[in-house]
Amino acid sequence: MTVLPYADALAAYDPVLGLEVHVELNTTSKMFCGCSTAFGAEPNTQVCPVCLGLPGSLPAVNAKAVESAIRIGLALNCTIAEWCRFARKNYFYPDMPKNYQISQYDEPIAYDGWTEVVLDGEIYRIGIERAHMEEDTGKSLHVGGATGRIHGADYSLLDYNRSGVPLIEIVTKPVEGTGAKAPEVARAYVTMLRDLLRTLGVSDVRMEQGSLRCDANVSLRPVGRSTFGTRTETKNVNSLRSVERAVRYEITRQAAILASGGRVTQETRHWHEDSGITTPGRNKETAEDYRYFPEPDLVPIAPSREWVEELHATLPEPPTARLKRVRAEWGFSELEMRDVVSAGAVNAIEATVAAGATPQSARKWWLTEIARHANEEGVDLEAVGVTPQQVAEIQALVENGTINDKLARQVFEGVIAGEGSPAEVVTARKLAIVSDEGALAAAVNEAINANPDIVDKIKSGKVQATGALIGSVMKQMRGQADAARVREMILEKIG
Amino acid sequence: MALTAEDVANLARLARIELSEAELEVLAPQLDVILESVARVSDVAAQDIPPTSHALPLTNVFREDELRASLSREQVLAGAPAAEQMRFRVPKILGEEA
Ligand SMILES: [Zn+2]
Repeated sequence: MTVLPYADALAAYDPVLGLEVHVELNTTSKMFCGCSTAFGAEPNTQVCPVCLGLPGSLPAVNAKAVESAIRIGLALNCTIAEWCRFARKNYFYPDMPKNYQISQYDEPIAYDGWTEVVLDGEIYRIGIERAHMEEDTGKSLHVGGATGRIHGADYSLLDYNRSGVPLIEIVTKPVEGTGAKAPEVARAYVTMLRDLLRTLGVSDVRMEQGSLRCDANVSLRPVGRSTFGTRTETKNVNSLRSVERAVRYEITRQAAILASGGRVTQETRHWHEDSGITTPGRNKETAEDYRYFPEPDLVPIAPSREWVEELHATLPEPPTARLKRVRAEWGFSELEMRDVVSAGAVNAIEATVAAGATPQSARKWWLTEIARHANEEGVDLEAVGVTPQQVAEIQALVENGTINDKLARQVFEGVIAGEGSPAEVVTARKLAIVSDEGALAAAVNEAINANPDIVDKIKSGKVQATGALIGSVMKQMRGQADAARVREMILEKIG
Repeated sequence: MALTAEDVANLARLARIELSEAELEVLAPQLDVILESVARVSDVAAQDIPPTSHALPLTNVFREDELRASLSREQVLAGAPAAEQMRFRVPKILGEEA
């Protein structure tokens, strides 16, 4: 697949984005039945006649899901419909055993809103087209073939535990004017949305578990043109990092087609995390025709204005105001805060601080040690496998002198490798700093005896030469000593 | 508007129903009669009658967010064409994804 270098693509074309985010609500029960929504249960154990689409079963709307939908709509500055209905979206695919999905069509519960994202200190306003309610589909597993994908599969296996889990689809208006920043704005938007939804408490927003999923629409138009180009919709974008990469890739791919005089095909494409490219999905001979019609099994929803007002009062502060507030509370500089925001670490730091760590130590660990692991594994910070609580525990171990920063890194390794809690890793890996003065004194003596030339230097006033002796002691102690105490002991001995 | 054999062929495709040319020719005029009959509703639907999608004049019929027992897996899979790894086994799905 040919792509145009990114800078060349941006010199000639102006990208327009559209982002569709599906978020699974964290209600106890499903959208239309009383089955559990818990993630990770044994296949087909959270299924009933309703979510299995058995004849004669009738759906009943989960009040909490409607409440969450309204709160999401309000948090995105949407108008809440005075009256709206569910609709049937008809299609034949085994992930939906009813052969239709209950969704909303031209009457979404929330519409015409906006939100803001902050990127490198600049604010981008993102229009929200709509947020509507629907139900999630089952999960398919393709057997045979090489990769678990459909091509080459011999048959498919279906688990309907997820079928009927409440889902809100949030669709932006076309996002224009972001230029070369388009991929980063896309990522910043999804990050902001994730944080907002978590603050609202309406979803677990775990991208790696699929409770937050993003489809990215990208189109290009020649710079200076106002009409939109043909767009593609990229699916399977399952991490914040992939959102940015997939948008960037599509820009370079479409630019290559346009630059060579070709035309972009309007289609669904699939993002491949490992190879970093998109490939075409189903090529439709005829346009999709879902034959939507009002769901006859459900009566309309007409949220009273009193209810909407009541829910409005439960909203958390808006995202940009929140960033301002936490920056002030944490005492971060503009630059520090910018890094925290672009790393998507605001929630993680907030939770780490709540667990008892200082803001600066929380920032340090999330943006260095954990970020390094995230980069190496190509995952988002929150998918690395360290919880804010554990970060706070590790920092507490540093502060009470059990370990130092260097040893803390090994504790992170252990926690990430699943060796247990920070305290368990310290014990199992024997990482605790030796405070045994006898052992330390022996190591200090050893270092002094082995390095007479350095001792002479120190005696002649070159105190900075102490560093070499401290290094020697730390090496003997396998790093498990308090460097300040070692320095003290060396100077006492020589002095 | 007269329903053509082509319209019916398209509907049949969407509904995954296989119809022969002869069946299409027969069904098109029959469905046309049904559509015309239903369309007569609009003769009596005056401006002051709002369109309705439900027989009951109700709104906001909700259920509390509470768990109710699901079926046992044996019950669930009893309706499956075939089962494997605790899941429904279905023919491979063609023409999707890549
Ligand atoms: Zn159910």
